[in-house]
Parts: sequence; structure tokens; C-alpha cells
Amino acid sequence: MYLTQFVVLSAVLFCLGIYGIIARKNGVAVLMSIELILNAANINLVAFGALFKQVTGQVFSLFVIAVAAAEVGVGLAIILLIYRNRRTVNLSDSAEMKG
Amino acid sequence: MLHALTPLAAVASGSLDHPGFFVETIWVPFALMVGAFALALFLGKRMPLKGPEFGTIAVFIALIWSIGAGAQWFMRPSVDIAEKSPQSIACISRGGQLPERLPALEHEAIGHAQAAHSAASVPSLPAADAPLPKQVPVANAPQCPEVHGDGHSMAAGPGSHTPPPTATGGEGSAAPTMHVRPYYEKEWPWWQVGDTQVMWGIHVDGYTLVMVFTVALISFCVHVFSLAYMRTDRRKTHYFASLALFTAGMFLMVVSSSALSLLFGWEIMGLTSFLLIGHWWEEYPNARAALKAFFTTRTGDVGLLVGLAILFFAAGRTFNIAQINQMAAAGLIHQGYLLPAAIALFIACIGKSAQFPLHTWLPDAMAGPTPASAIIHAATMVVAGVYMVGRLYPVFFRAFDIASHDAHGALFGVNPVAVIGAITVVAAAALAFVQDDIKKVLAYSTVSQLGYMVLALGVGAWTGGIFHLFTHAMFKALLFLCAGAIGDVVGHSFNMKTNMGGLRRLMPKTFAMFMVGTAALMGIFPFAGFWSKDEILLGAGKNGYLLISAVGFIGAMMTAAYMTRAVYYTFFGDYRGPTESHGHKVEPKDGGWEYMLALGTLSVMSVVAGIINAPFFGLQFAHYALGEAPVGAGAPEPPFNIVYALLSTVFVALGIGICAAYLVKGVGRGLSRKVAPAGALVTFLTKKYYLDDLYEKGVVHFIAHPLARAANSFNQGFLDGIVNGVASMVRSLSTSTYDKIDQGLVDGAVNGAGRGAKGLGGVFGGLATGRIQTYASLMFIGVAALGAFVVALVYTY
Repeated sequence: MYLTQFVVLSAVLFCLGIYGIIARKNGVAVLMSIELILNAANINLVAFGALFKQVTGQVFSLFVIAVAAAEVGVGLAIILLIYRNRRTVNLSDSAEMKG
Repeated sequence: MLHALTPLAAVASGSLDHPGFFVETIWVPFALMVGAFALALFLGKRMPLKGPEFGTIAVFIALIWSIGAGAQWFMRPSVDIAEKSPQSIACISRGGQLPERLPALEHEAIGHAQAAHSAASVPSLPAADAPLPKQVPVANAPQCPEVHGDGHSMAAGPGSHTPPPTATGGEGSAAPTMHVRPYYEKEWPWWQVGDTQVMWGIHVDGYTLVMVFTVALISFCVHVFSLAYMRTDRRKTHYFASLALFTAGMFLMVVSSSALSLLFGWEIMGLTSFLLIGHWWEEYPNARAALKAFFTTRTGDVGLLVGLAILFFAAGRTFNIAQINQMAAAGLIHQGYLLPAAIALFIACIGKSAQFPLHTWLPDAMAGPTPASAIIHAATMVVAGVYMVGRLYPVFFRAFDIASHDAHGALFGVNPVAVIGAITVVAAAALAFVQDDIKKVLAYSTVSQLGYMVLALGVGAWTGGIFHLFTHAMFKALLFLCAGAIGDVVGHSFNMKTNMGGLRRLMPKTFAMFMVGTAALMGIFPFAGFWSKDEILLGAGKNGYLLISAVGFIGAMMTAAYMTRAVYYTFFGDYRGPTESHGHKVEPKDGGWEYMLALGTLSVMSVVAGIINAPFFGLQFAHYALGEAPVGAGAPEPPFNIVYALLSTVFVALGIGICAAYLVKGVGRGLSRKVAPAGALVTFLTKKYYLDDLYEKGVVHFIAHPLARAANSFNQGFLDGIVNGVASMVRSLSTSTYDKIDQGLVDGAVNGAGRGAKGLGGVFGGLATGRIQTYASLMFIGVAALGAFVVALVYTY
């Protein structure tokens, strides 16, 4: 159908995700933004797969979802440990460098 | 390689010229004496006699060597030079035509090959610089009217060689002939600077051998005499070492072919003269006398250096004496170089041979031991100057134009050499009259006789001068040794008036030998001095130097007079000396075998030495001694003249008569008291013409005090001021450099760079915030840039 809409949607989601990573203080929100980025890439993949009437895009998208899941697991583990040590998940407060 | 096949090369390599073993190894006496010097110095104290053994044996061997060489030289074949008239000889001296036909000295083939070579090619010499005259081919030399010249081609370089033999007298069978034995020369390379090679070698001709024999004989007699005279001396070993070194120096000087080694020997003799005069230096006057002698001769030595340097360059960068002589004789050295060189060399002769006005050191030199005085200041060293003039005679002959007055020329010829010689003759003879010390009388007599030799060389009587050198050495050494023998036994003093007198009865043998020496000195027939002095006076007269000749006659009269005085005070009258000294008896008597051997030998020589140049004996000495140099210079040889002989005898008799009348009969006694000018004259003489005062208070004092002070203030004030000023300037410069450049500029740059780096680091450090968001945003920016780059790449592609 119309490729442009899907690619634009993907780009918008991607930018929102980047904004989220950069600007959000909460660690969990950062992880959520990462997921958003990954899913934006997924949408891009599926859209192009549908364009060429191939299933390759969707298959690759499945791979991405799997990877995303693993990565979220690790990320949440890190956030959990940060919370256990500092009783907060505020990333701005976790910066220990003095410069 | 090919050269070895040509006969010319055979001559050049010297394989055919073998005058004899002793002649070819004439450097051996020098080596022997040097060895004796070294041995005496290092081993002398351990020897039983404490030193004289080495020197005496060495000089005896040297004497045998010289006799052997002399005999071998006598058997050397000689060549004729046809002699027509003094004009021909003058023409020869201006480089006459080299003849086409040469006699066969060794082989006919060699002679022809040499003639072809000499006539065809330019003689080989090192190239001279631009301002010096170029070598002219011999073929362009002027033709002499009646005679074949003797212009030789020049020395062909290193290696022994003999000059091409000179012409035979083809025409004119009635003309007298002059035999010349060609000289023998052998050289070895010494050192090389650029393309100038300096050689060291021997140059042997009759003149050399006469000198070697003279030195060897006199040195031997002095060594023997010193065995007894210096038996209990405080520094016997050093004395004999110095004596050996002196003999070595004289040997070196007379056999050397290079002017440089002549200078070497000259300097050695100056040194040993200093050592021997100041032998008893603990007494201050002796040390002063030694210094005076050394400084005075040194003043002359400057002339020697300057003269040799000028000749080196003027003769085409060579020190070879034969080459210089041949060039001078052929007129190839420009007068502008030759005259200064000759004057400088003659100044050296004035200093060393004690001519007026540099004679003042010789009488003071009598402070040394008498045998040393005998050899050095009577017989050998003082004749070094005369020898040098004789050796380099063509230089002087051409420079001073000595031949300009032949028998038909001017009557009153003058040239510096003859004039100085004449002045010396009379001045020294006058001074000999007022001396009380017999050694001083003999010293002034020596100066006077040296004046005769220089006079002879100055008037062109080369043979006369050298012959007089030979005979004078004999009888003057005899006189000095007699004086030594006398002084030894009259309480070690030489004062005639207080210590001597009546010795003819007490020391008859010494008296007899002293009389032989005196007769020889005065020039009484048939003793040695008669022949030699006569030849000088004759040469002066015949060559047109009549005034000089007259001075010579007056000198002969004065010689006779002062010797009569000396003999009278020493041997006649009653003994005035001490009979007891330092606790032991003083008894004048004849000496032991050492004295008698030495004195006897010299007495015999004083008698016979003159005969060998007597005309009835064939003028053997002249023929023997004449080498290339004087003949090349064109010095003619006068025959015997009975008028001159009788005239000189008359003058001598006058001298003896006047003095004897004064002494024995008292004629004219007290004249110096009664007549004021005579008294003034005596004072003038006693003060030695005030020359000593002039030199000591004038020259020496001026140099030692005002000049030294001025030099010192110049040195401290000006020169040191410059140095210190430069130093302070450098110091301030370095301080400002340190402050401004090092500290300010360089360190500023370094510090600035450090600050820059720190700032830059600060800037970059700001990037490391530790905040995840910052890192993430940077990462995304980078990815975005990369993506844009890829898109741009894709679009342009």
C-alpha cells in the first residue's frame, strides 16, 4: 500500500524513543524507550516485507523481538541492582563523576 | 725502468762516482761524536776516568777517518779549467758557455750522453714563483772569448751525483791550468712540504776535507790536553760530553750539503760554546760571559736565518748549498734578493766569527777552561762564520761584486766584507796591547786573525782566506794550549804581569813551542803563518784592494808587536808568580805527556802546514781545496810574489823591533802619562772602545728596563683590557640571553603549550559527565552523522 506512511511512523516512533532515552530520568522509562526504538525498527522491517510481498521482513522482525526480550531481561536486572544499591532508579542521580 | 738502461741515469744514480770509502762515509765522524756525547752523558760517571774515554777514542777514529778521506780525495782525478786572464774568470763567473765536448772522467759514453743532455735540455730545478727569475737554458749563456766556461747543469735531484766535468783547455797551451776535483754529494730525503723536498746529505770536496781534518786534529789534541788539564775538575764528565757534542756540531756543519743542516751544526756549536764557557758557572762572571757570548752570536744568527730563508726562495726552493752556489755563480739569482741575503749572512759571520762590532764576546769567553777556549774560540767555532762565507762564496762574490776590481781596475776597492775584516784586524790588534791576561791577548789576536780571513774573503782571495783558517787553527790552538799549560802551573792564573815571567828557563819545552806558535802567528818564514798571511796580502794587492792590503800590512806589524809584548812578559825577566798557593808548592815546569803530545803535534803542524801551499811545492793546498764554489765565482788565484813576501817580513821585523825597544830598552816608556792624547788612547783601548758599555748600558739596559716595562704595560693594559672587555661583554650577553630568551621566550612557549594542553584537556574532560544520557545522545549523534554520510554517498553514486 502506501510505504511512506509506515516508514514515517517508524521514524516518528524512533525519534520518540531517542527522545525518551536522552531526556527521561527514570531507568525503566529508558528501557521502555529502547523497546520503542526496537519496535520502530520492527515496523520498518515488516513494512518493507509487505512491500515486496515476502515473508523475510517478518522473520527478521521475530529475531529482533527475541533479541529485544533478552536485552530487556539484562537491562531490568541492571535496573534492579541499581535500585537495590541506591534505592532509586533516577539515572541523573546515579552519575558518580565529579567533572 | 727504462732509465736504468741509459748511461745518463747511471751517472745520476751515482753508481760510477766512488771517490773512496772514507769520503763516501764522511758523516761517520759526526755520528761517532754524537755517540760519544750520548755515552759520556749517560755512562761517563761510571767510567774509570769519569768520562774522557768516549770522546778521545771517538775523535781519534774521526781523525783517522779524515786522514783516510783526505788521502782518497788526493787520489781523485781532477779536471782542468783553462785560465787565461781575470777577464775570462769574470766571464766564467757570469755563467759562461757550457762546452759541447767534455773529457771522459769515467767513460766516454757517459760524457757524450751528458753533453747531449746538458746542451739540449733546460736544467731541472723546482719551479720558482712568479717574481723570481726563471731558469734560463744554458745554451743561451754568453760565450766567453777565450775560454770554456764551467757553467754546470744543476743538480738532478735526490741521490748521489757528480756534476758534469768541465772543459778541457782546448786552445792556449801556454795558459796555466787549474785543477779542480769535482765534488761528491750524497743526499737522503729528510721531509717534504707540498712539492718542496728538503734533503739531508753530505757534500764533500777539498774544502770539506780540510775542515774535517782541522777539526779532528785540533779536537784530538784538545781532548788529550784536557785529560791532564781537567783531571780534577768538578764537572769533568759534562765537560767532555760538551766537547764531544761541539766536535759533532762542527763535523755536521762542514760536511753538510744542505744549508739547513749547516744551520743545525751552527746552532749546536753555539749551544756547546755556551756550555763550555760557563763550565764553572758557580762563579757569576763565568755565567755572565757565557750568556754574553750566546746572546751576541745569537744576534748574528738572526742574520743566518734570514739569509738562508731568502736564498731558499730565491734559488727556487732549495736548501742545497751546491745548487745555490751554482745559481749565484751563473747570475740566476736576482741582485735584489742576493744582496740582502748576503748582508744577512755576513751579519751572521760578524756575530759568530767575532768581527767588529760584535767581537765583544770573545775576550770574555776566556772565562771557560783553556782547552775549550783553544778549540772553540781559537780554532774551530769562531771560524764557522768564515767557513760559511767560504762555502757560500758565490753568493757573496756576486752580491758584493768582489771581482769588480781586477789588476787593471781601481786601486782602493771597498766592499763590506773586506772593510769589516780590515777594521777588525786593526781594532783587535790595538786592543791586544793593553791586556794583562795572556788568554785575552790571544783572544784579541784570534779576533784580529779572523779579521784577516774575512778580509781575504772580501778581496777575492778565497784560497788565502781558507788557507789562513787552516794554519791559524794550528798555531792558535797551539798558543792557547801553551797558555793553558803555563796557567796550570803558575797558580791557575793567566795574568802575565803578576804570575808569570822568566818562564823560558823554567819551562823550556813549553817556551819553545810557544815561540813556534808565535813565529807562525807573526808570519815569519818558513812557518805556517808566513805563507797564508802572505797569500792574503798578495790577493788584496793584486785584486785592486790596495788600501785594504796596506791595512793588512799594518796589522801584521801590530801582531808582531803585541806578541812580542806577550812573550816578553811571560817568558823573559824574572819569575814574578807565586811559589805557594793553597798550602802546596807552586812550581812552574813543563807538563806531562798529554801536554807534550798535544803541543808537539800542533807545533809540527804549525811548521809544515804552510809549506803545503808554498809555490815551490806546487800550490798543493789550493789545488786540493778548490771546489766548485770559488771557481764558479771566478775568484782568481794569485801566484807568489817575492816583493810582498819581503815587505811583510819587513813589517814584522819593524813590529818586533819597536816593541822590543819599548820593553827591553825602555824607549818611549811613560808616553801615555806624559802625552795626553796617548794617555787618552790607552784609556780608550782599556775600555775596549766603550763598546761593552754601549752594549750593556745602551742596548741591554734599554731592552731589559724601559722596553720591558712598556711591553708589560701594553700587555697588561691594552691586550688584557681587550681580553677582559670581551669577557665581560660575553658575560652580559649571556645573562640577557638567559633572562629574555631562555626564561621568557622558550620557557614561555613551553609553558604556553602546557597551558594549552591543559585547557584542551579541560574542554574534552567536560565531555565525560558520567551521565548516561550524555553518552547516549552522543552516540545517536554519531550514528545520525554516519547515516547522513551513507545517504549522501548513495545519492551521489
